[in-house]
Amino acid sequence: MDASSPLDLLRGAVPDAAIQPLPSVDMPTLSVDREHLLEVCAVLRDDPRLQYALLVDVTAVDRLPAEPRFEMVYHLACVGAAFLTAGATQPAPASRLRLKVGLPDADARVPSVSGIWPTAGWPEREVFDLFGIVFQDHPDLRRILMPDDWEGYPLRRDYPVQIRKDAASWSPLQLTPEEFARNVRAGHDKAVRRAHPAVPKPDGQ
Amino acid sequence: MPELRSETMTVNMGPQHPSTHGVLRLVLELDGENIVSAEPTIGFLHTGIEKTAEQKKWQQVIPLVERMDYLGAQSNSLAYCLSVEKLIGLEIPERVTWIRVLIAELQRLSSHLVWLGTHGMEIGAVSVMLYCFREREQLLNLNEMLAGFRMFPSYIRIGGLREDLPRGFHEAVQAFLDKFPAKLDEYHKLLTKNQVWIGRTKGVGRLSREDTMAMGLVGPMARAVGIPYDVRKAFPYLKYDTFEFTVPTATEGDVYARYEVKMEEMRQSVSLCRQALSRITPTGQFDCRDFRYVPPPKDRVYTEMEALIQHFLLYSQGFNVPKGEAYVPVEGARGEHGFYVVSDGANRPLRVKARAPSFIACQALPKMIIGGLIADVIAVIGSTDVVMGDVDR
Repeated sequence: MDASSPLDLLRGAVPDAAIQPLPSVDMPTLSVDREHLLEVCAVLRDDPRLQYALLVDVTAVDRLPAEPRFEMVYHLACVGAAFLTAGATQPAPASRLRLKVGLPDADARVPSVSGIWPTAGWPEREVFDLFGIVFQDHPDLRRILMPDDWEGYPLRRDYPVQIRKDAASWSPLQLTPEEFARNVRAGHDKAVRRAHPAVPKPDGQ
Repeated sequence: MPELRSETMTVNMGPQHPSTHGVLRLVLELDGENIVSAEPTIGFLHTGIEKTAEQKKWQQVIPLVERMDYLGAQSNSLAYCLSVEKLIGLEIPERVTWIRVLIAELQRLSSHLVWLGTHGMEIGAVSVMLYCFREREQLLNLNEMLAGFRMFPSYIRIGGLREDLPRGFHEAVQAFLDKFPAKLDEYHKLLTKNQVWIGRTKGVGRLSREDTMAMGLVGPMARAVGIPYDVRKAFPYLKYDTFEFTVPTATEGDVYARYEVKMEEMRQSVSLCRQALSRITPTGQFDCRDFRYVPPPKDRVYTEMEALIQHFLLYSQGFNVPKGEAYVPVEGARGEHGFYVVSDGANRPLRVKARAPSFIACQALPKMIIGGLIADVIAVIGSTDVVMGDVDR
């Protein structure tokens, strides 16, 4: 397997992006810069010659002490004749592709691909939860596996395997009586939610 | 007279609800009996298996990953071993491949039997559970015969299998395969044309083709909406392309369609088991005999110094895996199931990440239940066949 075909197509479609092939044993692997990640992903999904309609998984690897420390890993699959993306008339050959985005420790944020593949929603929450990588424009970036008030990011390499501190998850949610009453009336979508401290505020602060 | 006030009601379903397959919590907002919004909350069974795996040697990770999807235990270890073997570049002998196919298909049967039993019981067909668990018991007995462990045999190892097949295994599997198709007809008699079953499942929890793909749902869920994607066909592993089987599909995308697909999958699995069994010789090679990765045979360990040293090295220090990464998925009982393994060249993994089909299916639950009735939530959860160990890991 060689990565030449998706690579050439991507270089033609997104000329500004820094796309590099990486050595791999199982499937073509490309590295992309995070500034052009969304453009590249849109091409991968929509181009009738590629049709990577299935986002298999999103995960991250902590390469401490190397820099860039974090590596986002996206596994994509084109399922061939089983599913044609909108607008495609011919099936593309079934294939897999791995995309990687390096992220520096000091600025571990990356655009969310959940606008392109809605299935990225929970896996990205999981990466945020366990690695502390922030996904920009994610619709609902909260912790998912760990308790909401957990401190630290367990899958980082510098996070201890055993900690002797009690989790503080017993502390009640701090809502004022007014907020509580408003939540009950407002229904689910408009309820007041306390964002996690690491989640960027809408105004970018 | 005061005006009549109407408001929606928030109901917590789970985490201790018997129909949520473990500890899934659903926060439902109800307007009467209709569901206005739903939010699954997970994490109650999070045990940090991926973090623990980073502390273990490569071979020691197998019992850990088997406890993720605990109903399809050997599908976890198979996917993990295939990925690590890909990374090492190990050649696996054919006999091992056929035994692995047999194990994978028996595991699919065993997992589907639990699904059918619990799914039926939750909708009210309690006797189906008793029927299914009767057959599953025999599959667990086969596991016990194989490895001395019923739920998590850890029989599949990196580089092959733990040991050769036990005496009488062929006959035992053959006896099961001879009896099972008649039992499958029994389940069909109980449910397929049962008016109550049809009423509870037809038209419930519908998904469109586009939504299914966008939500990343593969496996039986995708095949129930007419996407015939099966890892065994599209990306053959274990030489599945040399076996004859069909990928059953349906088109409606509702709970009943998923039921039809999985029932037919069990029939295909029986056929695959028969084909695999006919290719397996009763005794023979059971690992790759590359003694850098698998222990030398016992008679050599007891007679040769070098073999004894190698045996000790493997069990004390493990082996190193070359730098790199691999992801080789398998078709588990719930869809594409794989492990992304990363090595930095050491005797312990740098990262082990499971692609958990139940996790992805849980995410799509609101899409299937919003707009439906609260009673249908149970039917939908049953049809997605989520295993919370796989969701929370």
